Amino acid sequence: MTAPAESDDATHVVPVVCNHDCGGRCRLEAHVRGGRVVRITTDESPDLADRPQLRACLRGRAIGSRLNDPNRLLYPMKRVGARGEGRFERVSWDEAIDLVTSRLQRAVKTYGPGSVFIHHGNGDEGAISGVAAARRLMNLMGGHLAYYNSYTSACLNYTAPFITGRRDTSSYQTLPHSKLIVLNGFNPAETIFETNSCHYLARAKDAGAKVIVIDPRLTETAATFADEWLPLKPTTDVALFVAMAHVIVTEGLQDQAFLDTFCIGFDERHMPDGVPEGLSFRSYVLGAADGTPKTPEWAAPITGIDAATIRRVAIDYATHKPAQLLQGCGPQRHAYGEQSVRAGITLACMTGNLGRLGGGWGGGEGGRSLGLPIGGFPTGTNGVKARIPVFLWTDAVVRGTEMTERDGVKDGPLESNIKFIFNIAGNTLVNQHADINRTVAILRDERLVEFIVVSDQLLTPSARFADVLLPADHSLERNDLGSPWTGERYVVFGNKVVEPPGECCHEYWWLSRVAERLGLEPAFTEGKTREDWLRQIVAEARAGDASFPDYDELRSQGLYRKTPEPYVAFEKEIADPAHHPFATPSGRIEIFSKTLYDMQHPEIPGVPSYLAAWEGPEADLVGRYPLQCIGPHAKTRINSTYDENGWMEEAEPRTMWISRQDAAARHIADGDTVNVFNDRGALLARARVTRRMRPGVVSVPQGAWYTPDEHGVCHRGSVNILTSQRPTPLAHGNGQHTMLVDVRKA
Amino acid sequence: MPVGQIAFLVDTTRCINCKTCEVACKDVNEGVVGVRIRQVRTFEGGEFPRVFAYAISMSCNHCEDPACVAACPAGAYTKRAGDGIVVHDPERCIGCRYCTWVCPYGAPQYDATAGRIRKCNLCVEELDRGRLPVCVTACPMRVIEVGRLADLETRPGATMLIRGVPSPDLTKPACVYLIRSEATDVR
Repeated sequence: MTAPAESDDATHVVPVVCNHDCGGRCRLEAHVRGGRVVRITTDESPDLADRPQLRACLRGRAIGSRLNDPNRLLYPMKRVGARGEGRFERVSWDEAIDLVTSRLQRAVKTYGPGSVFIHHGNGDEGAISGVAAARRLMNLMGGHLAYYNSYTSACLNYTAPFITGRRDTSSYQTLPHSKLIVLNGFNPAETIFETNSCHYLARAKDAGAKVIVIDPRLTETAATFADEWLPLKPTTDVALFVAMAHVIVTEGLQDQAFLDTFCIGFDERHMPDGVPEGLSFRSYVLGAADGTPKTPEWAAPITGIDAATIRRVAIDYATHKPAQLLQGCGPQRHAYGEQSVRAGITLACMTGNLGRLGGGWGGGEGGRSLGLPIGGFPTGTNGVKARIPVFLWTDAVVRGTEMTERDGVKDGPLESNIKFIFNIAGNTLVNQHADINRTVAILRDERLVEFIVVSDQLLTPSARFADVLLPADHSLERNDLGSPWTGERYVVFGNKVVEPPGECCHEYWWLSRVAERLGLEPAFTEGKTREDWLRQIVAEARAGDASFPDYDELRSQGLYRKTPEPYVAFEKEIADPAHHPFATPSGRIEIFSKTLYDMQHPEIPGVPSYLAAWEGPEADLVGRYPLQCIGPHAKTRINSTYDENGWMEEAEPRTMWISRQDAAARHIADGDTVNVFNDRGALLARARVTRRMRPGVVSVPQGAWYTPDEHGVCHRGSVNILTSQRPTPLAHGNGQHTMLVDVRKA
Repeated sequence: MPVGQIAFLVDTTRCINCKTCEVACKDVNEGVVGVRIRQVRTFEGGEFPRVFAYAISMSCNHCEDPACVAACPAGAYTKRAGDGIVVHDPERCIGCRYCTWVCPYGAPQYDATAGRIRKCNLCVEELDRGRLPVCVTACPMRVIEVGRLADLETRPGATMLIRGVPSPDLTKPACVYLIRSEATDVR
């Protein structure tokens, strides 16, 4: 290691990285004394207007507390007792590795490599993750059952390409150029979507932008930035958008030249061949096809937003240019999340904002393709071609070989049901997947999944279901790289600053030992240590960017960063359409998608349309379960990471938000313990009775650790005991925010 | 730092209530759960759907007339000449907790494990090295400042009259806030 900076005789200050699964990626500095991290500070480079520091949030500041958690898993263990009971006994690494190897061999031999599933796990966002290493090993063994989509942005990523050819969004640096910003379910103040997301929102406000927030909660983002708060009923944002479109059309405020030039399907004059009359978006909005004009008066009872407000907001949006419409990932994590994505893009096109500085549409302003040339750990080629949408993994356990394209299976059929699971740095096995009671019933049946390997730092609800449980190292216990998945151009080097406790190690080490037993070690490691691979990744980045520092330089600096610049999504397509067509079948933005229309699926219409959600405010089930429940991200957690952390619980305790009206009707006072329930399960939560919640809606932030009592009631309030495994129709994504519940005093 | 009472200024109009200041403070101050040397309190008001909320990040206000100094029977508190920082000496503290009763702002925190009070000392070690307190450098929104009270209190809009926060008449806190109109004290 290069000489670390010294703050006093005994304390070394070393650059490290916060590599959690938020969109931010922050620079941290660990103050190390006597082999222990005693203090964490953040980016101390000059804080410049065009290059603001990468300041960590509260979770990053608490990384030392998690590192030093007395409950860290320290030794390999194997299960004793029934699966899921959480009883383990310590074994040697040799015994653990032997057991994993023999069970893996058995699964591959009996059922084929397609029976092995490497689960969604983003607890470690480093350059060489355990998940990537497991993929590399399996690919040397013939492959594994792969998945597509994520639990974050399934509908967004799957749907946007049908409309605009790819998902792409402008950078946060464009926000100060906006006159008006509409945030639909977008809450960067709590999610920290990118390190400086709220910093740029504040700059936009300082520059005079008006901010409208659409959200059933007065989120911290809304409380801080909103000039206007539209507390709509969850699942109804498309009705709001369609009614705004109605106002824009009837007032003649649409940018017709933009629509004529860049889009198909807005009106009847611009429809693809072979489609009957009356199916354009304009016809849908005006009610030509179904006799129902989608007026603000139509939308008011659906959305809970009064017609005058909808009309005013629509006119504001259409007349303040440039205007950005940013959608968080929450609205697309609903029953018909695909429609929310489509309707948002359509509004941005109707107002001529797409592709213009300060305008446009963004799915949480993420997924930009302007990152540095940082490669990853090479995982090889998967010999198993079939892929499942990740949200249907429990179905692939129960009926994998029977699943078809209708279930979203690509290149199927599956050669086997899932029989072996690697669950590495992930809590989706139990906690983050929907309908926990169904999930755990499936996992408890050892005839279904025969073996589960878990590697983690703590005994998470998922780790309790391990057959072999392996203790993982922490990002401060190894060298690693981190770069933001939203797209800002920098890489953070995280130094190893302390030794891993007990027998903790990185997955690459034990997977290499498994490879060794299988005779695959030379191919798996190519004779390289994990550190060698990191060096290779940096060397390759240098080959693509001459100013990229060498490994040792990066290690001592801790950060390589290009000055962020305003990046405008689809700028080329709009500036020069002749040379830069959209990557759609028509080369244009497909407000009407013939590809989708041809599916002839009642839940996949040709144009973006409001569809009443299966457990939405218009569902019959409202009679039994009158409250809509959403599971937003908590500021104290990154998904389920940090739920165990006492500092975070103190900073903001786990609570369920409920309106004063709904609480009064149930005789619930602030601070009361309440039972939240539906047909799928029940949880206990502490009520936060607040004005900041729309009446008729409650929120139970996702990520609390599933902790059932003897009746199966979750005492920590894991919302997924209430959520449904019903997938969205097109993306086969997770509509986990769509659910109905009731609440009573416990 | 020039001589004169030192104070905090917090621009709550841009505070996102993320509590990073609180956790960063905890991290440098031994991290005992239950001891919240800096704390962000949330206030809300209005009637749905015209609702507002604001957050007040506060530690010790290093008051010009500090009740803790007067109340402490052990002489553990000192108001420094020159910069006016109220420092607490845990070596002299007897853990009687009188200060927690008299401080209107809940600044002194009792550490039950140590049997002593813990309190913000404005990161004097950092200030002495020409650096800033950790809450200032931690804030992702850059809304906490430290400077001379005489300079900060003349900033347009700077006030200590905040709805939900005790009156500054009690102890003359060396702390000012920029607040949104809903947070204006209308007593």
